[in-house]
Amino acid sequence: MRTLLKLTWVELKLFVREPITMVFTFALPLIFLFVMGGVFKNNPDPDVYRGVGAIDYYTPAYIALVIGSIAVVGLPVHFTAYRERGVLRRFRASPIPLWTIFGSQVLVSLVIAAVGGVLVTVAAKLAFNIGMPESPGLVIGAFIAGVLSFVAFGILLGSLLPTTRAAQGLGLILIIIMLILGGAGPPREVMTSVMRGVGDATPLRYVIVLIQDPWLGFGWNWAFFLIVMGIMVVASLLSRRLFRWE
Amino acid sequence: MKKVIEVEHLRKAYGSLVAVNDVSFSVAEGEIFGILGPNGAGKTTTVECVQGLRPFDSGLIHVLGLDPKSDGIALRQLIGSQLQESALPDRIKVWEALDLFSSFLPHSLNWCELMNQWGLAEKRNASFSSLSGGQRQRLLVALALVNNPKIVFLDEMTAGLDPAARHVAWDLIRAIRERGTTVVLVTHFMDEAEHLCDRLAIVDQGKLVALDTPQGLITTYANQSKVVFTAEHTDLPWLKQIPHVRSVTRHGPRVEVEGTGPVLALVAASLVDHGIVPSDLRTEQPTLEDVFLNITGHGAHN
Repeated sequence: MRTLLKLTWVELKLFVREPITMVFTFALPLIFLFVMGGVFKNNPDPDVYRGVGAIDYYTPAYIALVIGSIAVVGLPVHFTAYRERGVLRRFRASPIPLWTIFGSQVLVSLVIAAVGGVLVTVAAKLAFNIGMPESPGLVIGAFIAGVLSFVAFGILLGSLLPTTRAAQGLGLILIIIMLILGGAGPPREVMTSVMRGVGDATPLRYVIVLIQDPWLGFGWNWAFFLIVMGIMVVASLLSRRLFRWE
Repeated sequence: MKKVIEVEHLRKAYGSLVAVNDVSFSVAEGEIFGILGPNGAGKTTTVECVQGLRPFDSGLIHVLGLDPKSDGIALRQLIGSQLQESALPDRIKVWEALDLFSSFLPHSLNWCELMNQWGLAEKRNASFSSLSGGQRQRLLVALALVNNPKIVFLDEMTAGLDPAARHVAWDLIRAIRERGTTVVLVTHFMDEAEHLCDRLAIVDQGKLVALDTPQGLITTYANQSKVVFTAEHTDLPWLKQIPHVRSVTRHGPRVEVEGTGPVLALVAASLVDHGIVPSDLRTEQPTLEDVFLNITGHGAHN
């Protein structure tokens, strides 16, 4: 436990010292927030955005986007860089169990995602006066489930991808597809059926809706919760099996 | 002496390349055991198998009574390891790395002391990426010692260190041994092996070709010493008649007499008898380098 907390603290400090990663993680959702907010304002329209204002709809999606960019871009790059440079090799030679390394990434991601989520929420409230969550407890629960699931997914990508360059390239493509088609881009109501199909295949969609439903007062989405947990279990099992130290 | 490492018939192949071929040795508690050989000889693979970091094809390994194949984590609590091609995150600070690695185990040493011993105190707040090669190496060695290990594995510990830092490192290794820690030292530096190791395994092309104390290896494999002096006399036929002399060669005024055992005393006495008293008479003792050349037919740096 002491090791887990210490490693988490060190990794958090390392994240803060890496300005490019930090800017990408925190600025990407804010840029989207202000662009989309500037274009669509926050007036409810019964035909799109599930009948709520655009930014009421997008804020939970951008919180999920923070989780997505940490897990799909940040973590794979982190693990592939550690592997390439021999950091994992050094960790392995010490009596540190694999679960401690994974666990520290879960905690680090939770903290970073929470900071990013609060930033998005505060900015959306101040700039567009969004409605606060209808069920705050369920929103937090959905947020934590989303982080756990996506961290497992990110570690899986980090285990599979051979190099840092591959992780950067693929991570960016994945996050862009996920954010555009998964629910942080054009409203689902205006998408073609093919776009909807691709959106349904992106894990981020389920995290977005899982956070969005209790935020907007649609209650807890059990079906999507099970899908999010399923992604977590499968990704964890595969990571445990496919993880490579060098 | 209690044996802390036992390796029997270790074999490891990467595809068709046999990196370690039927290697057996044991290491006694408290000794500095060297593994010497050229690059690619299988030294690193051998110690990685011993530490449980690499699966092997066949053979038996026991370290401190544990099987590295099945008890890897338990074993790594008892050993320290400085590996080649390993690194720390770029932006981690020296003190943070020491603090982090000392938190892995309850009985860790005071890392401040290690930091001072290994000359890192003034770099305490420097990030890993800003350290020189030698400073990184010293930090990685310090990290290997921070859990107060029973055995420490040092793989090319002095690579990247300047000569002064190497000698400091040697003294520190001796100090580690004085404390009762067994040291396994992988190196391709002959002088390091000769000065530091109690016993030495010479590995070449995956095979263990010799195993003895450094002096024992020299006595067995390179027993020739060389007597060198300068003399203006061109004709010294009687030198060859001296017992224990094997050959005499001249390079201008420089005479080299090769022989075994007490050849220096005999040559010196004979020179005085013939009225030749060179002021530069000296011997060149064989070194591990000669041993290595004689055993493998090539140098360690090939």
